[in-house]
Amino acid sequence: MKKIKGYSITLTVNNENYDLTAEPNRTLLEVLRDDLHLTGTKESCGEGACGSCTVLVDDQPVRSCLTLAVAVEGRHITTIEGLSQGGALHPVQDAFVAHHAIQCGFCSPGMILTAYALLKENPSPTEEEIRRAISGNVCRCTGYAKIVEAIKSLADQGRQER
Amino acid sequence: MGDLKVIGKRIPKKDAPLKTTGAAVYIQDMKVPGMLYGRILYSKYPHAKIVKIDTSKAEALPGVKVVLTGADVPNNFKFGFIKDNPPLKTGKVLSTRDEVAAVAAISPEIAEEALDLINIEYEELPGIFDPLEAMKEGAAMVHEEFKSNVLKMPWKFVAGDVEAAKKASAFIAEDTFSTQWVTHCCLGTSGCIASLDINNNLTMYSNTQIPSLAQNDFLEALKVFGFKNKRVRVIQCVIGGGFGSKLDTYAYEYIAILLALKARKPVKIVFSREDEFLATSPRQCTITKISQGCDKDGRLTFREMEMILDNGAYTSWGATTPSVMMVPISSLYKVPNIFYRAKCVYTNNTYSQAFRGYGNPQATFAIESNLDQLAEKAGIDPLEIRRINANEPGEVTPQNFKITSCGMKECIDEVVNRLDWKNKSGKHNGRGVGMASLIHVGGAARVYKSDGCGTIIKVDDNGKVDVITGSSEIGQGSETIISQIVAEVLGMSIDDINVINNDTDVCPWDVGAHASRTTFVAGNSALGAAQKIKTQIMEIAAKNLGESPEALEMKDGIIFSVKDKEKNISLGKVLRKVHYTLGGRMLVAEHFYDPPNENFDQNFKGNLSVAYAYGAHGVEVEVDKETGQVKILNYIAAHDVGKALNPMLLEGQIYGGGLMGIGYALGEKMIWDKGYLKNGTFLDYKMPTVQDAPPVQAVIVETDEQAGPFGAKGIGEPGLVPTAPAIANAIYDAVGVRIKDLPITPEKVLAALKEKEKGNP
Repeated sequence: MKKIKGYSITLTVNNENYDLTAEPNRTLLEVLRDDLHLTGTKESCGEGACGSCTVLVDDQPVRSCLTLAVAVEGRHITTIEGLSQGGALHPVQDAFVAHHAIQCGFCSPGMILTAYALLKENPSPTEEEIRRAISGNVCRCTGYAKIVEAIKSLADQGRQER
Repeated sequence: MGDLKVIGKRIPKKDAPLKTTGAAVYIQDMKVPGMLYGRILYSKYPHAKIVKIDTSKAEALPGVKVVLTGADVPNNFKFGFIKDNPPLKTGKVLSTRDEVAAVAAISPEIAEEALDLINIEYEELPGIFDPLEAMKEGAAMVHEEFKSNVLKMPWKFVAGDVEAAKKASAFIAEDTFSTQWVTHCCLGTSGCIASLDINNNLTMYSNTQIPSLAQNDFLEALKVFGFKNKRVRVIQCVIGGGFGSKLDTYAYEYIAILLALKARKPVKIVFSREDEFLATSPRQCTITKISQGCDKDGRLTFREMEMILDNGAYTSWGATTPSVMMVPISSLYKVPNIFYRAKCVYTNNTYSQAFRGYGNPQATFAIESNLDQLAEKAGIDPLEIRRINANEPGEVTPQNFKITSCGMKECIDEVVNRLDWKNKSGKHNGRGVGMASLIHVGGAARVYKSDGCGTIIKVDDNGKVDVITGSSEIGQGSETIISQIVAEVLGMSIDDINVINNDTDVCPWDVGAHASRTTFVAGNSALGAAQKIKTQIMEIAAKNLGESPEALEMKDGIIFSVKDKEKNISLGKVLRKVHYTLGGRMLVAEHFYDPPNENFDQNFKGNLSVAYAYGAHGVEVEVDKETGQVKILNYIAAHDVGKALNPMLLEGQIYGGGLMGIGYALGEKMIWDKGYLKNGTFLDYKMPTVQDAPPVQAVIVETDEQAGPFGAKGIGEPGLVPTAPAIANAIYDAVGVRIKDLPITPEKVLAALKEKEKGNP
């Protein structure tokens, strides 16, 4: 195997700094799962088509399977493990549980982070906006109905809070 | 049924919090100390002689621990339904998913690199990729030793006299329909970790849907490998989707065991998405010739179907799908005369397996499309022909199915009312409505000698309950449903109930998560165990309270006298009293439920299931005549579920099944071209996204099935069974073209519209 020189980088993940060495071709997904043992981020297709590996970089959803680790040094990375605080589920997670937006759960971390990013940017999205936002996240179990319903319940709250 | 506290409530899935936080451990996330990473090399050609394999370069790569080829498989071991499939092939390859070599290395990257260094010299042979070609006289044999490409399987069902019924029919409609390969696309790919101890006892970390049967398969394999009287433990990780894809054992599992045996270290094999497309088994593609007839009043007189299934190069349990196809063929609507014959044909294509519905969607597509053709010939509204012939409670069908609860007519009515059928059908103005019904097993299916499931319940000193069940949680929510059943019986909160369901060393036997059977069978099993433990608890409490057990009730962890609520004792206290005493004991109960259903006899007659699930789907579509694009405007999925134990989880099954069915109808197709898969990625295989998900109304029709736990029947598979014909019928109603070959792509619709303009039928 050809040896590729690794670079020392510092990644900020869920508000913690990690010093590590990463080859320039190493993806954020690989670093999160294999080096930091944050296995909540899932790989399903490995080519950016399904959204299972979605994490947030500065609150924007990105495909960690297509993102190089060295490219996100100094940025704020949020994985699913960073969403719940103080042992309590985040309201987006709560809504997914309450509305049965989860079956096998493999798409859920990516789906939840995508929904979180949408609601952060737009607290009261329309159904059309919700559908557009999660259109890059594939789910095979739920038929999406209850995922949309869960996000809508938060959007309605957002609308009320305005 | 009294006042239900937990049953029938919209209770969130118990494992959902774990899955929302990323804490759920799937096979992808699982690690075992010292573990190696296995990878499999697949054949370059669909049909070829293996002339020479040179693994020396791969073996020399630092970090590679084991390289295996077919020569390393001991004692000619083969697996599969008729044991025709060696885990690594020797001599010849018969499809591009044939496993030819495997490596185990210290990292996935090294394992991958090692595959590139394996040098195989092939001599390519002409292949057979069309089952019709393979059936011709003089065709080359896929398996020379079998002397025929048609499997020796007796798929034939006859009832009454079809020929006589044809003569007596007022109207007959005949046509040919075909369906494509589609695949499960579980987001969590297949995988396992095989770990052997010093005595060659195997622990298999797995995402199988059939832990008990897989355990048996692996025991058999160890025996052939030369290790008799060993133990096999199957531990299921959290399963990232099943849908039937994990209903059999696969080559990769045996390869992992062989690699681990040679390396003397645990070996993990997890499929990449490309592997998953190539090397798991899709829904079988079919060609169906059908004719149905009716009398002048629209009563069905006969149904005749001949079906050809592409078996691929090897035979899995999938070759038994004709037995489930028989369910709608013999028993969807009242049809007195039936003739059905199916042939499974070897080709050099991928081999098929179980996929949600297990043959039923293919059969129902032909039946329900053709029924609309018959209705048109007879001049009857498609809705009326379904009402006239609808199944009813108390019926005994030609296959000897004893119909107990049956809400088919109610489901049809729901569709009609919610679609506004009377005003919308028959307009032919670019918008149209269509419907299709379904029958499926709803009270398990006796495929094996046992159709049972065991449950053990134990109560701890603090009054909490552990339910140890044989059934598998594959995302469908069985853990929650079982908790609800036990909680209802014991008057407890489901939070006080812990379900253990993933370890064959601990859990009782179960035949597997298939045939929409888990709520029904595991539910009845849990119900029986809960009632037994309740009896024990009440007896002990009665002694302590100086009452008779009949005078007591249990609620929220307190047992009290119905007459005098002051006379009470907590469940935990009851437990401690029997436990912490001289000659004490633990409170444990077990119950094995095996439904009173029947294996088919030689003529495929027998009451396969204790109960049958019914449903009807209705759809309104708009067809763009310029592009052939079909847009679903409204979709009604009405299901007779017996009793909805948890309407929220149940709707999840209907929505999920429905969209999977819509994908099957309108877009999904594995393109196998002369033995090569052309679209084995998520970019190229068009699985529905949220933008493809139309508005669906999930309608629950309750019929209270007496044999079901609290009245429930199965719902796992039915959601996708009638989807494709309902859509095809709606398209015909909208624009007058009938697409008989799935999926119904815009190209096909457009071509049919052009043919219609030319005046061709």
